[in-house]
Amino acid sequence: MTRRVYFDHSATTPVHPEVVEEMCRFLKDNFGNPTSLHHFGQKARKAVEEAREKVAAAIGANPAEIVFTSGGTEADNMAIHGVAYTNRNRGNHIITSAVEHHAVLNTVKALGKQGFTVTILPVDQYGMVSVEDVAAAITDKTILITIMHANNEVGTIMPIAEIGRLARERGILFHTDAVQSFGKIPVNVDELNVDLLTISGHKIYGPKGIGALYIRKGTRWRQTLFHGGAQERLRRAGTENTPGIIGLGKAAELAMANMEQEAAYLTRLRDRLIREVTEKISHVRLTGHPTKRLPNHASFCFEFIEGESMLLSLDLQGIAASSGSACTSGSLEPSHVLLAMGIPHEVAHGSIRLTLGRDNTEEDIDYFLEVMPSIVERLRAMSPLDQETEFALSDRCNGCRVSHTCRV
Amino acid sequence: MYSEKVMDHFTNPRNVGEIPDADGVGQVGNPVCGDIMKIYIKVKDNIIEDIKFKTFGCGAAIATSSMVTELVKGKTLEEAMQVSNKQVAEALDGLPPQKMHCSNLAADALHAAIQDYLSKKKKEA
Ligand SMILES: Cc1ncc(COP(=O)(O)O)c(C=O)c1O
Ligand code: FES
Repeated sequence: MTRRVYFDHSATTPVHPEVVEEMCRFLKDNFGNPTSLHHFGQKARKAVEEAREKVAAAIGANPAEIVFTSGGTEADNMAIHGVAYTNRNRGNHIITSAVEHHAVLNTVKALGKQGFTVTILPVDQYGMVSVEDVAAAITDKTILITIMHANNEVGTIMPIAEIGRLARERGILFHTDAVQSFGKIPVNVDELNVDLLTISGHKIYGPKGIGALYIRKGTRWRQTLFHGGAQERLRRAGTENTPGIIGLGKAAELAMANMEQEAAYLTRLRDRLIREVTEKISHVRLTGHPTKRLPNHASFCFEFIEGESMLLSLDLQGIAASSGSACTSGSLEPSHVLLAMGIPHEVAHGSIRLTLGRDNTEEDIDYFLEVMPSIVERLRAMSPLDQETEFALSDRCNGCRVSHTCRV
Repeated sequence: MYSEKVMDHFTNPRNVGEIPDADGVGQVGNPVCGDIMKIYIKVKDNIIEDIKFKTFGCGAAIATSSMVTELVKGKTLEEAMQVSNKQVAEALDGLPPQKMHCSNLAADALHAAIQDYLSKKKKEA
């Protein structure tokens, strides 16, 4: 049997067995609708409210400030759209960054077509947003700043507390997408100075299709996307995803209980992985910040070869990873995050992301370090690019004419 | 997502490499887009006697390059000029839709190599 190593925990995680167990009870016997008055409904309501308490405790919030959603994407949409439309009488300017997840970036861009003005801040070579840039972008029309806590592609942790302090001084609402950071590093809504914060279940060993939006009490926000019943105190219509909510609550509780220990363990594995990959293989660069990065996150660009062919080769050896290359994104463009960091197209195509999780071991790292050098060597032997010709080739476009951002 | 044939040509590509004294060399694509293919041919008596490729690209790009070399080795130049990108994809039992343009340029690279050979020959004559 092929050995299987899962290095794609930023895409999703396996559901913790204790989470599965709790959820099953609410798929089987405790099937009630939490809105119902009878015994069945009461049981479900009690469990939903307990889950809300667990999620609130995990981020230092009040349970009344937690709204359950269908995932990170919905929470991002709902936060941004709701703030924008509720505060239209105060201004129309929104600030975000070039490296946000599409759930944020495309929501902000859509608002840009609906009469809002948008500033998309650049990042430095590490994918970091600067607090000074945020300060400089603020105008008297700014109503919302939305900047992610940790980046999914390169793992960089942003200066959220500082940006939050600035936003508060200027009376601007501040949202952060904490989908990747929650459960891995401390996420506390008061320490981070945020008004709204997004989390998702399936990145923390919980189920898919469940997430939550934290909305600080008193925030000028209304539900502007979903119309329907009065669930979630009018903040999110639709019968509650009871098993999902219970799963998220349990997953949040488990994540908090083990976070410090797990972060220390994963940091050790990660640092060894980064060190040995960059030592053993030539022409490879780490992407993202060397130290201000998620404890489980290693990402690289291997020059002269392309990401998808590396992923296929790794998968044939049982290793699951991901890439920001165009060929894996379904579009013809490599990752917007890597390009925003100033990484050239041809190098961005060679990106690989390895995101570790609690089940990974030193042996998994050994195995990767054993197979990766020969994969790189094989693909490089097949590649017409090398150090001398790579950049020379770039100006000789006799190309595909399909890339809409082709600058050659 | 890829057919067995694509995976076979990806894992065991045929005719990888360079021909140092090639009679014709063709190159298409651009690393900016994420695909670049280079094909070398050796021609004798109007027949493609030897052919090799080098490719920077995804699994489909490598498999189409490999397949085109296999399709035309030993064929006449006229026959080789007839081979289209579509035929290469069909010979691989198809490619996923999003791979039909950028990664499917191997026949173009081959045609460029043949053109290169023909124009060199014209100059000599
Ligand atoms: C930073 C970030 N935000 C949002 C999401 C979307 O979350 P969900 O899959 O729950 O919709 C993801 C997941 O890919 C993410 O990494
Ligand atoms: S590089 Fe593809 S069209 Fe220019």
